[in-house]
Amino acid sequence: MSDSSLDVAHVCALAHFDLSPEEMARFQRELGPIVAYVNKLSELDLTGIEPTQYGQPVANVLREDVVEPSLDRETVLRNAPDASETEFRMPRIVE
Amino acid sequence: MKYLVNIGLETHVQLKTRTKMFCGCLLSTESEPNTNVCPVCLGLPGALPRANKEAVKFTVMSGLMLGCEIARHAEFARKNYFYPDMSKNYQISQSERPLCLGGSVEIHEGGVPSGAPKRVRINHIHLEEDAAKINHYARHSGVDYNRCGTPLMEIVGEPDLASPDEAMEYLQKLREILVYAGVSDCNLEDGNMRSDVNVSLRPEGSAKLGTKVEIKNMNTFKGIHAALEFEIARQTALLEAGGAVVQETRRWDGDLGETFSMRTKENAHDYRYFPEPDLLPVDLSEEQVEQWRKALPEAPEAKRARFQETLGLPAYDAGVLAAQKPLADFFEATLAAGAPAKLAANWIMGDLLRLLGAASLDVADLRTVTPASLAALLKLVDAKTVNGPTAKALLEEIFKKGGDPEAIVKERGLAQVADSGAIEALARQAIEANPKPAAEFRGGKAASLQFLVGQVMKLSKGKANPKLAAEALRKLLS
Amino acid sequence: MASIDISSLSVASAQDALRRGDFTSVELTQSVLDTIAAKDGAIGAYLTVDADGALAGAAEADARRRAGEDRDLLGIPVAMKDIFNVKGQPCTCASRILEGYVAPFDATVVARLRAEGAIPCGRVNMDEFAMGASTEHSAFQVTRNPVAPDRVPGGSSGGSAAAVAGGLALASLGTDTGGSIRQPASFCGCVGLKPSYGRVSRYGVTAFASSLDQVGPIARDVEDAAILLQAIAGADPHDQTCLDRPVPDYRAALAGASVEGLRIGVPKEYFVEGTDPQVMALVRAAIDKAAAAGARVEEISLPHTEYAIAVYYIVATAEASANLARFDGVRYGRREVGPDGSLQSLYDLSRTHGFGPEVKRRILLGTWVLSSGYYDAYYNRALKVRTLVRRDFEAAFAKVDAILCPVAPTPAFKLDSTVNDPLQAYLCDAFTVPANLAGLCGVSIPCGRTADLGLPVGLQILCPPFAEPTLLRTARAMEGLLK
Repeated sequence: MSDSSLDVAHVCALAHFDLSPEEMARFQRELGPIVAYVNKLSELDLTGIEPTQYGQPVANVLREDVVEPSLDRETVLRNAPDASETEFRMPRIVE
Repeated sequence: MKYLVNIGLETHVQLKTRTKMFCGCLLSTESEPNTNVCPVCLGLPGALPRANKEAVKFTVMSGLMLGCEIARHAEFARKNYFYPDMSKNYQISQSERPLCLGGSVEIHEGGVPSGAPKRVRINHIHLEEDAAKINHYARHSGVDYNRCGTPLMEIVGEPDLASPDEAMEYLQKLREILVYAGVSDCNLEDGNMRSDVNVSLRPEGSAKLGTKVEIKNMNTFKGIHAALEFEIARQTALLEAGGAVVQETRRWDGDLGETFSMRTKENAHDYRYFPEPDLLPVDLSEEQVEQWRKALPEAPEAKRARFQETLGLPAYDAGVLAAQKPLADFFEATLAAGAPAKLAANWIMGDLLRLLGAASLDVADLRTVTPASLAALLKLVDAKTVNGPTAKALLEEIFKKGGDPEAIVKERGLAQVADSGAIEALARQAIEANPKPAAEFRGGKAASLQFLVGQVMKLSKGKANPKLAAEALRKLLS
Repeated sequence: MASIDISSLSVASAQDALRRGDFTSVELTQSVLDTIAAKDGAIGAYLTVDADGALAGAAEADARRRAGEDRDLLGIPVAMKDIFNVKGQPCTCASRILEGYVAPFDATVVARLRAEGAIPCGRVNMDEFAMGASTEHSAFQVTRNPVAPDRVPGGSSGGSAAAVAGGLALASLGTDTGGSIRQPASFCGCVGLKPSYGRVSRYGVTAFASSLDQVGPIARDVEDAAILLQAIAGADPHDQTCLDRPVPDYRAALAGASVEGLRIGVPKEYFVEGTDPQVMALVRAAIDKAAAAGARVEEISLPHTEYAIAVYYIVATAEASANLARFDGVRYGRREVGPDGSLQSLYDLSRTHGFGPEVKRRILLGTWVLSSGYYDAYYNRALKVRTLVRRDFEAAFAKVDAILCPVAPTPAFKLDSTVNDPLQAYLCDAFTVPANLAGLCGVSIPCGRTADLGLPVGLQILCPPFAEPTLLRTARAMEGLLK
């Protein structure tokens, strides 16, 4: 687990950030020590330990299949940066 | 060199729930754009998914029908990618811990009925949400989030299929089973059932699978068949020319009838799956699974076998009647109302299906002829109370307008004349009126008897039993 | 009409006055609005104040009272962290990326407050998307600590704590993902309560880290915190992680509160070098008072404490990287499109210019720990160590009823002192993040002020999941002992 393994440019592409080379370098510089710090988890022997991914160890909370009211379309589209009468609008997507 | 083909299908099936997978919005393909939409569908800040129990039930029922092992611990996961059809920019799906594991679909080798039985393995079945619909216009694109969050069940098959025909049979069987289970309409026009396929070729004698190519964008079974045929030919030509198949995703263009390589970027996704912390795991109890198992309909294969073994139907009849659940249900309800099995099978497969076909009507939507009225009619036939042609005419009438066959027969005096004295009198009348054919029959011309039977029927206004009429004529002319 | 002095008015005493008819909710609310107008310029707690909405709500509350209704929060104005959806109000999370967004729905906690008759009177500042511990990561303004204006109020619920401490609100709601309620309460000298994970609905609360976030009150005293918790706790069909467990009467739990016979654990890992000696001394003194009052105090060990920060910064950022993916300029919020007019440029520019550096830093880290090749080494490993942290507490709570420890290693620090060293800032969360990792309930109550500068210091009390009655009783008793 080398701390140089976090490639900011690669991760920016996944996260959709368009950073300047200077910003990129700054994040690379700041994240290095953080990655080095979290590497301390590799000290532990975790054989046989189950992961905890939920806030409480509880299961089986499901919803009945009952229709609830939706928002009206005017409300749905009101926050849109760009919309037609019926749809959210965005630049044409090239397939 | 000869190449062997391995085809695997990943089939997305839209579940027949009333509401979406993770919110209470109505599922409907007929609504105006963006009207079945709420904060969850839109991925508004603070919106949280709420898993639909019915979708879990339908997935487990499908797993049970397909012989899967039902997971005792299932989890949802987030699949991360940016695209405007997924409002949160991640799709809630299942990854490490799907609801159903293993299972299989029975087909025939070569995809033909005469082929040896073949088992196509299923890797797993998981539950996920569908994406929104994007419409493309001249200057911009638009998103309608009505479809966003529709529950989809993904059935991931192993690459056990050896030809496009086998793939077709696999899909048809799968569809039959899921429609049977009542979990999906599997309506292809509405996109209820969509498949991505992967194909690889390997030289005969090699056990190792070749390089896999995925193909997307087939909307119909026919399209899948055509895409597979094209892709197999393409890969065969490539390998025969000494080339190598590249692992990639290709897009089927139905108009051109060809597959095209999608941009490599599409293949370089890093989906960063991780457990969905907004939804709790699903730990199904033995009791719950048993309860759902009991609610399962009989699988089509089992029904087919039962029709043959316990009702004594021929294999062909059993196959036709069991293929569609509504038809099988109608058939069994008719038996339950007292009709003899073979007679019911013949009349349903013959006259009733013909009438339905001519009217472009599905048996599920049939309201005029009911299992009870059909059974009543067939009882009259069986008891020879009405003759064949009268029964046919009666069925047509009931198909058009409905009605009780017994009442109609009584009201119009359609009961066939089976009184041998009465028939003999009519036969005598017929012989007297037609001395020439009578003499011909006496002289050995067997066909003349048919003419005389027709005359007896005419005299009886169609009500005479033709068999008895022939017997009476033979007796008088001997 | 004489203005009401709200600078030290508690919710409970304001309610008594409303019941007696000493003043109306409209008068009380107007006094809050007037105080904000007069004093918030120097503090900067509020981002927006909904004067018209608040006064309308107050008039409605007065009408409800006249109609015979009587509730603990009827007619009480409450300041809301800018992270909650309140129908018809902006909800920016102190971020430029949510500029222009107007909430079309009420968060469940907001709906419950309204049902109880409370009035959301304004939106208070925070670190952008709750990422930070100083409120300096707000995209909009600096919030000063009302006790020491050259210092931070803590964070991320810094505006909530500053509003209460500065006499600009009777009480407020905040959120706590790794200490964001308890640490600012400690820095500003308020009571801040983080409920057990699953106690309060997260629906309508902009998510930072879904398996860690909880909503809780920041108030003047323990009784007020109990009153607010009562209103917001309980199962919610809109949040499947909010559990269907009975909600006890928290205020009743306070009656006759005492630490006598209470088993108190003091974790040795929380009293180590690196903590400000004055903080250590004040917390020790509080524990001594508990012992003197009859508590059975024993030293305990939480051996995986040193790994909690690493676990937290992996788990929280991983979840955040997905939770914040929805801010993309397509459906709401800020949109910026590049010269090529492409969707790619829309995503890239809206997000690059919409998020501040701390949010970007955490999204980058969280994206990376989930990415191909690193998931097992980082994310999955962190989840396993989270299990160990949780087990530490399970073992401890088999022996003790409550754990007493510091909230933060220091009192409020100076503005601009940590912004350039993110790792140092992260390490300051060491005493608060374990409770989130283990789903515990916890509270920070004032336990004195530093001798040199008179800065508030908090005492942290931790209890097992859903042991809020014990937590509140202990806090109430300690509050009495520390007066």
